[in-house]
Amino acid sequence: MSKQINVALIGNPNTGKTSVFNALTGLNQKVGNYPGITVEKKEGICKLPRGVKAHIIDLPGTYSLNASSLDENVVIELLLNKNDKDYPDVAVVVSDVENLKRNLLLYTQIKDLQIPTVLAINMSDRMSYKGIHLDIAYLERELKTKIALISTRKGKGIDQLKELITNYKELSTEPCVNASEIDKDYFNKLRTAFPNQLLYKLWLVITQDVNFGNVNRNEVDAINSFKTKSKTDLKRLQQKETIKRYQFINNTLKKGQTIDLKSAKDLRIKLDRILTHKVWGYLIFGFILLLIFQAIYDWSSVPMDFIDSTFASLSEWTKNVMPEGAFTNLLAEGIIPGLGGIVIFIPQIAFLFLFISVLEESGYMSRVVFLMDRIMRRFGLSGKSVVPLISGTACAIPAIMATRNIESWKERLITILVTPFTTCSARLPVYLIIIALVIPEGRFLGLSYQALTLMLLYLIGFGAAVGSAWILNKVLKIKSKTFFVVEMPNYKVPLFKNVALTVLEKTKSFVFGAGKIILAISIVLWFLASYGPGDDFNNAEEIVTTQFSSENLAQEELDQKIASHKLEHSFIGIAGHAIEPAIRPLGYDWKIGIAIVSSFAAREVFVGTLATIYSVGSDEEETIKNRMAGEVNPILGGPLFNFASGISLLLFYAFAMQCMSTLAIVKRETNSWKWPAYQLVIMSAFAYVVALIAYQLLK
Amino acid sequence: MKYTLADIKRGQLGVITDVSSVHIPLKLLEMGCLPGNAVELVQVAPFADPMYLNINGTHLAIRKETAIHILIDIADV
Repeated sequence: MSKQINVALIGNPNTGKTSVFNALTGLNQKVGNYPGITVEKKEGICKLPRGVKAHIIDLPGTYSLNASSLDENVVIELLLNKNDKDYPDVAVVVSDVENLKRNLLLYTQIKDLQIPTVLAINMSDRMSYKGIHLDIAYLERELKTKIALISTRKGKGIDQLKELITNYKELSTEPCVNASEIDKDYFNKLRTAFPNQLLYKLWLVITQDVNFGNVNRNEVDAINSFKTKSKTDLKRLQQKETIKRYQFINNTLKKGQTIDLKSAKDLRIKLDRILTHKVWGYLIFGFILLLIFQAIYDWSSVPMDFIDSTFASLSEWTKNVMPEGAFTNLLAEGIIPGLGGIVIFIPQIAFLFLFISVLEESGYMSRVVFLMDRIMRRFGLSGKSVVPLISGTACAIPAIMATRNIESWKERLITILVTPFTTCSARLPVYLIIIALVIPEGRFLGLSYQALTLMLLYLIGFGAAVGSAWILNKVLKIKSKTFFVVEMPNYKVPLFKNVALTVLEKTKSFVFGAGKIILAISIVLWFLASYGPGDDFNNAEEIVTTQFSSENLAQEELDQKIASHKLEHSFIGIAGHAIEPAIRPLGYDWKIGIAIVSSFAAREVFVGTLATIYSVGSDEEETIKNRMAGEVNPILGGPLFNFASGISLLLFYAFAMQCMSTLAIVKRETNSWKWPAYQLVIMSAFAYVVALIAYQLLK
Repeated sequence: MKYTLADIKRGQLGVITDVSSVHIPLKLLEMGCLPGNAVELVQVAPFADPMYLNINGTHLAIRKETAIHILIDIADV
């Protein structure tokens, strides 16, 4: 049996921890969630020398073991729980050679937990450039560990790191800072009360605001013999601890590290002069945003058209090749169009995540946060809200999770509440198809009307987000400490491997996550559209044939009439007619009504639903767009999708809260059903009213 | 004359003398914002807020409302 060792990668943000993880595991990695919470869990397998296998877990980045967010809690939770199946046999602390001082703080804390720890000093390729010299032997002695100097960019030192991990048993588990000296009395009492527990572990449990699985905080509190410290006192002690650790680190680095400032060349200063400049900074940011939108609209339309027509022909082909029957129909009319509705997203999602991950990797995103903070604060948001609002154009779910690093609860809550207004990629197919149907072709100042409409819809989304943030800021009476700190990492050329893996991973999880819902709904819809109660549905052929017997219709036309009669009296038709009174003032018929209702599960279902409804009983190979263009308004005559109803639909989709997954995430992140319920009701009511006004004015 | 970090100008070099533990979160301390450490202003956003600082080699941005709780000595240039 081959032995597998557990390795935990730990490190500050921006140290290239994920690059190390990618270098060790390559494609042998999977991303999931920690049970019960939405923190991403990255794990992978790495083959070590001498046939040893390592299970590597990439823990969320943290500056210390004093957790201030859900992500950071995960790190402590694991390191304090020896019974966890992922509890590390060896920890690898990844640090950045340029920020060694700060990175070592976390390292000394991990050492105090007496876990065998390897120190991996990353970005060593920048040492000569920065004039840094390290006395490795001295540092290894003082820090009581083994050091691997690595460069994930140049692929150096990874073998040495693997070697050190394999020999983890030789590592010292002795701590290098004695934290208990900050208050000897207190720590002695602690030791007497819990003789069997590691002192530093107890200290961590006491000072954190959360309960940990294995050591219950209340249990610790219950023994009163030492619980003599108030919160402020504890905070002062933590401050003392931090100072003590830094003293040790400063002393160690004084001898172990020399920096020759003369040979240090700094590109970052020059870049920051421009990129965070009062004028140029904003212009450049605006230009980058334009580029992103251009990519999403323009560049991805080619593969999207291709996917659309491919699925239409696949559907047709299935019908021709497979034997006739309910299963073939389910496949050709339910599942394939449903799947097409998912696959069509891939190009856009990939482009968006490509840009977002390049912006993050390069260090530019922090500059945007810096530039935008003052402006965003006027609306009750934080500079850090920019990241969720931008990534909200891909999907609100990761965007809402990205709000976690906003320190102020009020700013964070407002960001969570308004993010769903940004135009996520799920709205895009709805927009694209309706724009193509109702907005005339033609150009204004060289820009096509259709592209302008799309641009306008994005602006409306952002406007609604910022505007409602402004209102929420006035309305919400939440007092929370506002404090804001953002690290400005050095600029880096993004590593292709990291970007590619992110794009691949995010696209995959989006497609499979949303895919499941869309597929399930398409199947259910198909059944509802293909079966119905009573005579009207089951004897449709007879009824229609008698009705039109005098008119001498061709067989083809008659079939068409039968199909639409059936659809109208199917389960879905009955449900659609039931809600029709509510949506008729908006210019929609019952089929659109069904699409809207089903897209409360997820917006992207809209096109898929219409595709399913329209393809039921239809024999011709046609794209969804052509089918929609052919629909006639049953009351007024004329095309159903005209300018008035089209604009009304666009506005409805711009504002309505139609995504169950987002609501679920909001519930998790705010820990209450109150906020998602508000979102659902207020956004949807607003959407209805705006759509109603638009249609009534335009019709 | 007592200065706070909010007073620092570009090109000046400051040394942190005291940090109000009530107003300053632990996270900022852990990032190196501790008495004795050198601090320098890298860039200011419009309206001088937030401030982009280099504290002890760590580059970070904080708001002015936080900076006023950090006392510094400013070295004469």
